[in-house]
Amino acid sequence: MITLSHFIVLGAVLFCIALASLFINRKNVIVLLMSIELMLLAVNINFVAFSRFLGDVAGQVFVFFILTVAAAETAIGLAILVLLFRNRSTINVAEIDSMKG
Amino acid sequence: MPNLNDILILLPEFYLVAAACLLLLLDAFMKPEQRPVLHWLSIAVLLVAIYLVVAGQPSQAVTAFNGMFIRDGVAEILKVFSLLTTVLVFFYAKPYLQDRKLFVGEFYTLTIFAVIGIMLLVSAGNLIMVYLGLELLTLSSYALVALNRDSRLSSEAAIKYFVLGALASGMLLYGMSMVYGATGTLDLVRLHTAAGHTGMPHLLVFGLIFMIVGIGFKLGAAPFHMWIPDVYQGSPTAVTVFIGSAQKLAAFGMAYRLLASGLGDLSQHWQLMLACLAVLSLAIGNIVAIVQTNLKRLLAYSTISHMGYLLVGLVNAGPEGYAASLFYAISYAITSAAAFGMILALARAGFECEEIDDLKGLNQRSPWAAFLMMLVMFSLAGVPPLFGFFGKLLVFQAAIHAGYLWLALVGAVFAIIGLYYYLRVVKVMYFDKPVEGTEVHLQKDVSVRLVLSLNVLALLVLGIVWGPLFGWCQSVFVG
Repeated sequence: MITLSHFIVLGAVLFCIALASLFINRKNVIVLLMSIELMLLAVNINFVAFSRFLGDVAGQVFVFFILTVAAAETAIGLAILVLLFRNRSTINVAEIDSMKG
Repeated sequence: MPNLNDILILLPEFYLVAAACLLLLLDAFMKPEQRPVLHWLSIAVLLVAIYLVVAGQPSQAVTAFNGMFIRDGVAEILKVFSLLTTVLVFFYAKPYLQDRKLFVGEFYTLTIFAVIGIMLLVSAGNLIMVYLGLELLTLSSYALVALNRDSRLSSEAAIKYFVLGALASGMLLYGMSMVYGATGTLDLVRLHTAAGHTGMPHLLVFGLIFMIVGIGFKLGAAPFHMWIPDVYQGSPTAVTVFIGSAQKLAAFGMAYRLLASGLGDLSQHWQLMLACLAVLSLAIGNIVAIVQTNLKRLLAYSTISHMGYLLVGLVNAGPEGYAASLFYAISYAITSAAAFGMILALARAGFECEEIDDLKGLNQRSPWAAFLMMLVMFSLAGVPPLFGFFGKLLVFQAAIHAGYLWLALVGAVFAIIGLYYYLRVVKVMYFDKPVEGTEVHLQKDVSVRLVLSLNVLALLVLGIVWGPLFGWCQSVFVG
């Protein structure tokens, strides 16, 4: 039997994986974009699970908005990434450090 | 179905969306040399929006679209001041952008879209609206930070802002999903009633923590402040002035909507969390600012400390504290618009005026500019009788009345520490010798000089006659 808590644990695990990859990753900015996407999807699982459990459709409506905004966000993120690559010829996270202090 | 009344309630927002689209279209058909027309049109558009916000303000708080949108006094005052600071941004930005070949229509339309985001955010009556308003604001800001496409620093600042901003949104959303699970509603008013008797209080508090992390990121409160210095330094100063002023009003509006309107019953949980954020922000902001040599970075750390003072007021969790915090947010927005406006006005083609050393001996070269900068620094430091002083006084008072005497004392100690680095800027301007072979002077542009002088003198006037504005701030939280 699959209960609400299974979904919440799945959401939490995905969210933690996303957070961990955001902080551990020192190589590639594209991986950062992927973990941001994963984070939003973890939230979506939560919303859908709660929505189903509570019998309230508002949570699923929220998911549509999150998906749409996530697409827009990724578009802007990739655009900035292209800009970054053009200006510095690298997308290595560890090398993006010209401002300090 | 939306009816006409709903649309009338959202008239300022609808108007701004239409105007922004028209400006975008106009820009496409405009020759580059006609672009100043766009500049003046954008300013006119924002001034008309201020008029619509004030003139159409209902006497009672009203909601539209089934409670999605709230039009009340808090929303009005935040909208008026965020529109007003954006007008200042447009005035200050023009010569700076022209000198750097960045004078493009996108700057104006993106900023106006960001302002629409602010207006929706501060009027949000539903978690969906909070998220959408916030994203409209931040997505426009990411693009604005990257406006200078050939600059290494600008693109670096943009990617840092993007990643940490998206992380903050993710945190906020995760918290929202937990709060939704615990209460079963996304509507802030119903959330307020449902939060009191939820069957899952732990889930609710768990969600609250994530939401506070998200709010902390957006405010730029320590320990979630990492993006602030890099974004302030890396983005074109014309964009920094927007991020540093109008956005702080939005962050206050978001914190108020989520914490006070939505989760006001949990105030015993979030008061202490906000107090911790406040102490950390005050400490990190004021101490790290001392070692900065870059003026924009110094102002970034100063922002972090100012967000600490704003949180000191919010800790009160009552009308008095909200009014004090709102007053503080307004005073900070106007002061920081003036501070970055000064940097913009002293910069010219090929010279950013970003280093504190660039201001050496400013008094001998341009006494008026030095005087204005001194007033701005004193207002940021909270020297009476300037605007910043009464903001600090009111938030400390609110904290003491809520039983947080220790927090007010910590705030006062850090205000004195903070005095040091503001006074250092004044010392450099008045007592150091100008560097030979360099040249620093105010922009020739008359409108910039005039608006900047008015803005700075307003700090002095509002510092002396602060009663009416504070009365307005208090009146919106009554009842």
